[in-house]
Amino acid sequence: MEAAAAAAAAAAAAAAAAGGGCGSGPPPLLLSEGEQQCYSELFARCAGAAGGGAGSGPPEAARVAPGTATAAAGPVADLFRASQLPAETLHQITELCGAKRVGYFGATQFYIALKLIAAAQSGLPVRRESIKCELPLPRFMMSKNDGEIRFGNPAELHGTKVQIPYLTTEKNSFKRMDDEDKQQETQSPTMSPLASPPSSPPHYQRVPLSHGYSKLRSSAEQIHPAPYEARQPLVQPEGSSSGGPGTKPLRHQASLIRSFSVERELQDNSSYPDEPWRITEEQREYYVNQFRSLQPDPSSFISGSVAKNFFTKSKLSIPELSYIWELSDADCDGALTLPEFCAAFHLIVARKNGYPLPEGLPPTLQPEYLQAAFPKPKWDCQLFDSYSESLPANQQPRDLNRMEKTSVKDMADLPVPTQDVTSDDKQATSKDSNSLKARPRSRSYSSTSIEEAMKRGEDPPTPPPRPQKTHSRASSLDLNKVFQPSVPATKSGLLPPPPALPPRPCPSQSEQVSEAELLPQLSRAPSQAAEGSPAKKDVPYSQPPSKPIRRKFRPENQATENQEPSTASSGPASAATMKPHPTVQKQSSKQKKAIQTAIRKNKEANAVLARLNSELQQQLKEVHQERIALENQLEQLRPVTVL
Amino acid sequence: MAVCIAVIAKENYPLYIRSTPTENELKFHYMVHTSLDVVDEKISAMGKALVDQRELYLGLLYPTEDYKVYGYVTNSKVKFVMVVDSSNTALRDNEIRSMFRKLHNSYTDVMCNPFYNPGDRIQSSGSVSLSRAFDNMVTSMMIQVC
Repeated sequence: MEAAAAAAAAAAAAAAAAGGGCGSGPPPLLLSEGEQQCYSELFARCAGAAGGGAGSGPPEAARVAPGTATAAAGPVADLFRASQLPAETLHQITELCGAKRVGYFGATQFYIALKLIAAAQSGLPVRRESIKCELPLPRFMMSKNDGEIRFGNPAELHGTKVQIPYLTTEKNSFKRMDDEDKQQETQSPTMSPLASPPSSPPHYQRVPLSHGYSKLRSSAEQIHPAPYEARQPLVQPEGSSSGGPGTKPLRHQASLIRSFSVERELQDNSSYPDEPWRITEEQREYYVNQFRSLQPDPSSFISGSVAKNFFTKSKLSIPELSYIWELSDADCDGALTLPEFCAAFHLIVARKNGYPLPEGLPPTLQPEYLQAAFPKPKWDCQLFDSYSESLPANQQPRDLNRMEKTSVKDMADLPVPTQDVTSDDKQATSKDSNSLKARPRSRSYSSTSIEEAMKRGEDPPTPPPRPQKTHSRASSLDLNKVFQPSVPATKSGLLPPPPALPPRPCPSQSEQVSEAELLPQLSRAPSQAAEGSPAKKDVPYSQPPSKPIRRKFRPENQATENQEPSTASSGPASAATMKPHPTVQKQSSKQKKAIQTAIRKNKEANAVLARLNSELQQQLKEVHQERIALENQLEQLRPVTVL
Repeated sequence: MAVCIAVIAKENYPLYIRSTPTENELKFHYMVHTSLDVVDEKISAMGKALVDQRELYLGLLYPTEDYKVYGYVTNSKVKFVMVVDSSNTALRDNEIRSMFRKLHNSYTDVMCNPFYNPGDRIQSSGSVSLSRAFDNMVTSMMIQVC
């Protein structure tokens, strides 16, 4: 504090002395308070570094006379070079400030030089008159020079370290940052008189400015995101090393930006202008999956209304969506083929991430380009088969079970235990469902900003269930329509389903031996439920009542079973994992845990069943409507046949 | 070439009007409005049974001192009205027909957009307009006003 005050006083004295001292030299130097502090400190540094004996201390040295306090040429030259001005400018400055004339850097010369450096960095010509202007503080890029780093306080040190990564990264990005900061630093002179900045105003102000800059970059820039993101990983390690307050906003920003870049897959290193419009492999697969969820055949169209409903879920405004459609529907036929769909999806994703929409369709999003660049992957065929609705009749019951299974599994949102899968088909679908689940879910893990970009309007943990649910429902409906003529026959075929059906995922964590009998029953129940509702006309009415009864039993059985096996299983588990405690406490905590897990499982089962119930209710309604329509038709036809 | 272009819906309310802003636009709006009567006349004159045979291009609706008004109806009773400067005598019938055809094509493209509800205004203003292609096409037809 004293040093600062003394420095301020010294600076004032020096300014006065400068004003009074050199008449024929440069015009009187008027410094703002911040500048005074900064300059005096820099001067002190240079003077101090010159040698211990040069000045007994900044105050006395400055106060004595301008002539006696000199800053040694070495550190001064280093400082000037650190200002990143070209050598000519530096020469000019040294000439102008009078150091060359008098042969040394006194306080006045030093201050004048600093002011001129500030002027040059702001882009003003280096002239005597520039000194009079209100200028931002000169900026000095501190290199890893020991002399420089020795100066100043930890705050400044952090400031320097923050700047170092910016130094070490690409030059063009650095230049751009300079421009940005120059614009922003014009605000800093207003800041400096107001606040009493700490000893390193330029560095301190620099950090929040760079933070604001990174904000600007992430929101507005679309031209050079790649180098910026390349810089971010560099900033990260440096930032972690210093850990000052200034770096924290940077790091936070970097994580946000990195998460944003995850969406765009940092891998792209090709032509800059197309950067945001280039679809990566992972994005492409995701889009293709979404396309398939809307339209099973990858080679045909999505109609306009279907696409409209889908894209409206992205919660963009209608004009924007219609503009995106205009851009992406190249042949203007009112339907989207797969490349058109990918382009539209990509534009939506970009828009949600803040990119302004382009004037025209970028070349990387053209349908021909997309079709050429990304030929349909071969695994499409397998998935297509597994999702296809035209299965042979004998596989239908099993497939129905499988569909229900996947839907139930998805709804329960639990990992499919590997030992449950018995048939290859089920493995395929469970794997697929898992992979599909995993991919979008990994996105939601990796970023928070992409959650909107999930654009399904659903809870992040369960993105895939919805398409698969609709699929299963649609397919089950279709299958059931095919079923109807042969319902009685297949009913009997259903009753003894293969015992190797996978048990439900909820209780799967407990023992499976005791549940093996119950689970096939339950699997039978949902399959029959799905079938039973559309085929209600033909099915004997004993079926529906038995279904809820079975279900009711199920949860109870599950509950009781869960408790026992879970207590049994958690017993050894807790013995293995828990720390040694008194046995009594172990027992009670075990019981508590068991009860809690049981409660949780029951709740999950409840949720699953409730959802299943609502689905089935809807199916029921639809089928009722169909029935009414058919009956009407029958009525209309009847008079003809009777006569 | 055209001084004013208007798209009018089946129920005779405007979907899109654009005119060169040299004079007061109200005059053009009035002209388009009065031309609707003539359009209706022409449609009914062709006969209800001959809807299929009715030609889409209606031709010159009526001339005024300074302007000539041309009309065009689609099969869904959406009308296009174009006002052309009378001094522009070089404009032949073929050219007017081709302009109407282009209009019709871009109108169909706007229709194809599922986010456009039929009966909505075809928005020509705003940062992200509902039908930029349509706008651009109309501008291209109007900009060459001599």
